[in-house]
Amino acid sequence: MTQLAIEAKGLSKQFGQHIAVNQLDLSIPKGCIYGFLGPNGCGKSTSIRLLTGLLEASSGEVHILGESLKGNEENLKRRLGYMTQRFSLYDTLSVKENLQFVAAIYGFTGKRARQRIDELLALYDLTAQHKQHAGSMSGGQKQRLALACATLHSPELLFLDEPTSAVDPENRREFWERLFDLSASGTSILVSTHYMDEAERCHALAILEKGHKRADGSPQDLMAQLPASVIEVSGDALRPLKQQLTQHPSVLSAAQVGTYLRVLVKDNQAAPLEFMRQLCPQHQVAMTRPNLEDVFVVSTGGRHVG
Amino acid sequence: MWVRIYAVLRKELKQLSRDKMTFGMVIMIPLVQLLLFGYAINTDARHIPVGVVNLSQSSESRALISDLEASQSIDFQQEYPNINSAQQAIVTGEVRAVLYLPSDFVSRLVQHPNYYSGQKIAPQVFTRPVGQWLVDGSDTVITSTIKALQNMPLQSVGNRTTEQAVASFAVVPFFNPEQRTVVNIVPGLVAVILTMTMILFTSTAIVREREQGNMEFLINTPIRSIELMVGKIIPYVLVGLIQVGIILGIGYWVFSVPLMGGLTSLLLAALLFIFASLTLGLVISTLAKTQLQAMQMTIFILLPSILLSGFMFPYEAMPNVAQWIAECLPATHFMRMIRAIVLRDAMLTELLKDSIWLVTFILCGLLIASLRFRKKLG
Repeated sequence: MTQLAIEAKGLSKQFGQHIAVNQLDLSIPKGCIYGFLGPNGCGKSTSIRLLTGLLEASSGEVHILGESLKGNEENLKRRLGYMTQRFSLYDTLSVKENLQFVAAIYGFTGKRARQRIDELLALYDLTAQHKQHAGSMSGGQKQRLALACATLHSPELLFLDEPTSAVDPENRREFWERLFDLSASGTSILVSTHYMDEAERCHALAILEKGHKRADGSPQDLMAQLPASVIEVSGDALRPLKQQLTQHPSVLSAAQVGTYLRVLVKDNQAAPLEFMRQLCPQHQVAMTRPNLEDVFVVSTGGRHVG
Repeated sequence: MWVRIYAVLRKELKQLSRDKMTFGMVIMIPLVQLLLFGYAINTDARHIPVGVVNLSQSSESRALISDLEASQSIDFQQEYPNINSAQQAIVTGEVRAVLYLPSDFVSRLVQHPNYYSGQKIAPQVFTRPVGQWLVDGSDTVITSTIKALQNMPLQSVGNRTTEQAVASFAVVPFFNPEQRTVVNIVPGLVAVILTMTMILFTSTAIVREREQGNMEFLINTPIRSIELMVGKIIPYVLVGLIQVGIILGIGYWVFSVPLMGGLTSLLLAALLFIFASLTLGLVISTLAKTQLQAMQMTIFILLPSILLSGFMFPYEAMPNVAQWIAECLPATHFMRMIRAIVLRDAMLTELLKDSIWLVTFILCGLLIASLRFRKKLG
């Protein structure tokens, strides 16, 4: 039981008529980086807010770090870290002042606070900018400051809500290195994203769509167990071909990637390669390995991509 | 607990000192408003532009006109040939009132009892007013100024030496012997300006945190609502005291408004009112979702605080319903207290009723604010 960082059963949240999160079950082991992958408005942020106690669930049960969330929200806050989607620190305060404020809020005083702040400034490469106002920093620097503030009190469980949506690819790589450092030192991390490459870095992930969990597992398992075949079709006149293919009931989706079409054929179609050869005799067809995007498309029924 | 309150307080002071606009407002609002209102607001009307239709054209009528002008309350600016053109001038707003002197002005004058003093004359059968005022009655201040001329003595018309009439009552104006409006305005402005700035600053300070997303982070920290509120309020208590100092200081040195009362009473009364306004701001901040809404609600409180609190018009002259509404506003109570302390040297102990009311208001406000302020979203 205590080996789970997050355990949720039948977690639901309803806003009026709209069900944002629907019967979500989760069991996330300690020490892993767990991803929420899904399009905008699929309930990622709402789920995170429910799990941190920021929102009250309409129904369902949540255990965080072995304790029931309900009634323990305030105690758990010392053990949780939360990095919001929007930069939520003070623009008119300097990097150091922001850290000092957060340190004081978590009860760090005097020498202990100074040491921890210097440590974080060095760790997140902000020592040179410590006098700069947070509002005038670049997206990557803001991100590092936000992560420094969220981890100042060394939380056991860290929630990150689309942490890299305003950051360039290089800073994103850098950011993920930090997350793996944190994970290696024993922090459990839950991160939401709509980037496939980011999701692929997670130890395990859940694919969310319209408040439902559509798939759950490690990226490798999800790709290996994909209930569809992936076939690349190359040749001329791909746009009309795509229109024609997507009409067929056995074709889940067809999406153009550069000079070829990536076609997902349902598993119930026997000999998918032969089937595709017959469908488009003018083109070259070849089987290929599934990627996470294919998993996403299959589990959301092709409603969002292709 | 104190560490966290101090952290919020220090953060708030730093933010305030870096927000040039707000920081400027702290100083400029009392400064500009005081200079503006101190010079501009004057409840006794002077130099009202009026016209005259003088059908008499006698030396007596001209003497009456110059007598009227000597009072300084009216200025004769135009002479009109007939009553129609005079009425037209009132409609266009050229003049606010017109004096009509009929052609038989002189014969009316000599029959008028006010023309003679001392010796009693037999009541005349045909005693009539010597002239008529046509007044733009939409502004009651102007009407009452003209009405004050109704029973003007007419003995002096035509430079006849007369004996002075004896007034029915002698009036001794306490506390403001020179009858300067500004003496009453300056202490009142303390209440109005504090109402405006204190409510606005606190309500927007908290709503801003929510609007800019800071609140989402703060809610996930161990900070308690009461710590956040107290830490946010204290810097503005200082701001309020600075403003009281500016207003009363300028009032004393520029407008010679006396500071009769004791400083302790003044400080305590000011603190009570500042806290009352700040808690009102807190309550607003728990209701408003955006800074704009907070501002609108502040104005909703501010206008009655200016108009009903006794700042502009005497409280006693208002109808009962308006008095009840005024009683609910902290500004009304503070208006009474500060005028009593500053002008009449009253002690706080003599203003117990208003003090108790303010304390009750603060406690209720804090209760409502902390009940409504939940560390939850949505």
